[in-house]
Amino acid sequence: MSKEEYEAVIGLEVHVQLATRTKIFSTSSAAFGAEPNAHTDPVCLGLPGALPVLNREAVDAAVRLGLAVGSHIRPRCRFARKHYFYPDLPKGFQISQYDEPLCEGGAVTFRLNGEIRHVRLTRIHMEDDAGKNVHHPSGVSFVDYNRAGVPLCEIVSEPDIRSAEEAAEYLRAIRTLVRYLGISDGNMEEGSLRCDANVSLRPRGESKLGTKAELKNINSFKHVRDAIEHEIGRQAILLDRGEAIVQETRLWDPDRGLSAPMRSKEEAHDYRYFPEPDLPPLVVDEAWLGRARLALPELPEARHARFLALGLSGQDASVLVSERQIGDYFDAALAAAPTYPKKIANWLINEVLGRVDDARKLGNKDVPVPPAALAELVDLVEQGTLSGKLGKDVFARMWQERRHAGEIVAAESVSLVSDTAVIEEACRRVLERSPDEVARYRGGNAKLLGFFVGNVMKETGSKANPKTVNEILRKLLG
Amino acid sequence: MVPEVRGASLVELAAGVAAKKWRSRDLVEAYLERIASLDKKLGCFLLVDGQGARRAADGVDKKVAAGEAVGPLGGVPVGLKDIFVTRGIETTAGSKILKGFLPPYESTASGRLAAAGAISLGKINMDEFAMGSSNENSAYGPVHNPWDLERVPGGSSGGSAAAVAASLCAGTLGTDTGGSIRQPASLCGVVGIKPTYGRVSRHGVIAFASSLDHPGPFGRTVEDAAALLEAIAGHDPMDSTSIPQPAGAYRKACKAGLAGMRLGVPREYFQAGMDAEVEAAVRTALDELGRAGATLVPISLPHTPYAIATYYLICTAEASSNLARYDGVRFGHRTTSAGSLEELYAKTRGEGFGAEPKRRIILGTYVLRAGYYEAYYGKALRVRRLIANDFAAAFAACDVLVTPTSPTPAFKIGERVADPLQMYLADIYTVAPPLAGVPALSQCCGFTKSGLPIGLQTIGPPLGEEAVFRVAGAYEARTDWHKRLPQDPS
Repeated sequence: MSKEEYEAVIGLEVHVQLATRTKIFSTSSAAFGAEPNAHTDPVCLGLPGALPVLNREAVDAAVRLGLAVGSHIRPRCRFARKHYFYPDLPKGFQISQYDEPLCEGGAVTFRLNGEIRHVRLTRIHMEDDAGKNVHHPSGVSFVDYNRAGVPLCEIVSEPDIRSAEEAAEYLRAIRTLVRYLGISDGNMEEGSLRCDANVSLRPRGESKLGTKAELKNINSFKHVRDAIEHEIGRQAILLDRGEAIVQETRLWDPDRGLSAPMRSKEEAHDYRYFPEPDLPPLVVDEAWLGRARLALPELPEARHARFLALGLSGQDASVLVSERQIGDYFDAALAAAPTYPKKIANWLINEVLGRVDDARKLGNKDVPVPPAALAELVDLVEQGTLSGKLGKDVFARMWQERRHAGEIVAAESVSLVSDTAVIEEACRRVLERSPDEVARYRGGNAKLLGFFVGNVMKETGSKANPKTVNEILRKLLG
Repeated sequence: MVPEVRGASLVELAAGVAAKKWRSRDLVEAYLERIASLDKKLGCFLLVDGQGARRAADGVDKKVAAGEAVGPLGGVPVGLKDIFVTRGIETTAGSKILKGFLPPYESTASGRLAAAGAISLGKINMDEFAMGSSNENSAYGPVHNPWDLERVPGGSSGGSAAAVAASLCAGTLGTDTGGSIRQPASLCGVVGIKPTYGRVSRHGVIAFASSLDHPGPFGRTVEDAAALLEAIAGHDPMDSTSIPQPAGAYRKACKAGLAGMRLGVPREYFQAGMDAEVEAAVRTALDELGRAGATLVPISLPHTPYAIATYYLICTAEASSNLARYDGVRFGHRTTSAGSLEELYAKTRGEGFGAEPKRRIILGTYVLRAGYYEAYYGKALRVRRLIANDFAAAFAACDVLVTPTSPTPAFKIGERVADPLQMYLADIYTVAPPLAGVPALSQCCGFTKSGLPIGLQTIGPPLGEEAVFRVAGAYEARTDWHKRLPQDPS
């Protein structure tokens, strides 16, 4: 069978690092990027006698995530110890959740090529992150425990994903969501968003699941796509040959574009889960849920629908919801110039976004052109005070000089010339220079009007009001 | 004036310091001298911090001289089981794997003792990781029972009990997981109380079995133990299983009398296998309590026969988990030659752990393995619930339970080492209270003909420490057993 005759069945396990101030079970900083082992304490180092104390801020973040995807939040859940030996795991076990996770069910909703997709979730649970082994070229290994104890949410999906592209979009939707919620920075490069994928194939039309392989180390959107695409191809070839898929964990090697099975020893874990005796069951009552619900922002999908209803294109809406700060900026500009949603979207997407390396910076107080200033500019253009071309020039200066459009226009008389005498003078000059074209126009070639308008605009340094130019030209040529 | 510290009560010593009858420094010197001359024979102390103790004592004396308050335990020398981490002072849990370990922080209990004015003389011997009933499992040698040097002091807090019995310090802290405070208290003829689970913080107490570990004090008298408990009990935000309610007035309860109290006598605690002299002494004690105004009520705790099995499933499972962190990577012993990561783990742990921790790690790993959780750990948790229900039902009919602490007096060193099962049975009367999390105290209620102490156990309902102290205090007031002292070893 060709690759197209198989259906890929994909489920993702996504780890989100929560951007809390302190670690999930202790008081040292959870910030990224400090000197090795600067952010450590007896608890996250697993020193004898140290006990975990649950960080309520981390629970709150996980609760908000659960609410945002429509999970059932267990009123009472438990932590469990998951055991294995590795130098980056200080206690010899991870404190995770096993049979009683905080969140069950729910779905992540996003758009794939304009079409709404729901990927159902099995569960979301909380756990502590491990440290990091650092291998020195000399052959010596070090361990940095700064990351040990940073709170994680693991989001486990149902096998609802059908393509590598969809997997990447799902992951992107999670990144957008956690950023909207303000619970994680979602940076894959810094490891605050990590992903494992379970992939299996089955003939199209078949309902039974095939044997899956688990892919690890896929830590960018590109890797997710590449690794899954490669895995689908690999399994299709094996199935075509009549070979069985081995259930195994495979490590993606992005440099070679290949995956290889992990040594069976590395994955032959018996985690020996049992309830964490150092932590009482976690109780999240209605009052807590109520507070968390109130704190939820407008979520990406709702915002997307609202933007479509404003008349924006699907593509523009997608750009505007891709980061919370873009949509916030848009809404603020729209509030100042409610008549022009599409125009504001255009200006925002074409001019503003092109000038920031990270769209999240639009949320900064010191963004050079704040939303109200953009709205003012759009107003000036739409009122005919500035032409589109002039508007762009003015925008560039607004960005550069952090001045308002009105200010620039007033101070330097860049506004459009609406003085009919001045414009008529320019029109006459243009017509005098182009006797042939005038003749052809008068002979019936109406398209040449554009040619005259263009030349008048050139003559006036784009400052003439195009509407007035049109009127005068028609009169002179008529 | 320097008082005779042999046989002295902690409460009296503290009162004398506060009243300027004697100086803390003199008490410290007197105890240090006893340790120096006697402890070679007893083996109680793993580390004596003379310098630190003298400095702290001088601090107390200075405060007293200046008329400042020094705390309820101001100036009295105490010892800490080496399971309490002490900032900058070697803490080993009786294990080679922690040899040289200098904790960067202080346990809540030892910190509170110091805050109450007590002076730590040092760290005390124990069964490795608190696993044992005889103190023979210490990597640093056995502790000898002051009443008979050829016999064990009990365990795992054997050093803590023996140090109080031999007057090497005025009081000690220990931990009790299946009897590790009460059984050695019984075998050494001193008072030891395991309070309600969560009453004393486990923060900084090296974990053996987290859901069963109970820190608690040893004292020469019931009031000494009460004074120590008052100092260390109370809520601690660093321990999520700590009880929020404030500590009780334990010293006051010791003198409240037991008029009108109903004492339950569980028949499962008076069955075959008990030493005849132990049974006789305990029955005599019950009579004495009856004469003191209490009503004796026959009680049944029907799930008692399952307590030992339940205990060993839970404690080994939790121990196998808690001891996973001793991997040679961050602290403690690390093997000197390892060719691979697996070998680093295997050799470090193989060299660092003694036989009993290894046995329990293997048992616990077996108990928790995939597919068997329900059959072992899950079932043990359910039986644990039934055992707790037994106690709850009993406390509907009585205020406290009174039982023997240990089925036998102190046994000989080496007598049971070859037979772990026989050793585990030493805790037959003490394992159920920690499973239920209820408080229980052991005090001396007589001696065998050969002069070995016999222990009486009083068990209270959750947070019923005051009821326990009422009974123990009233019994002590009517008897002289606590005044008997072992000979100083020569």
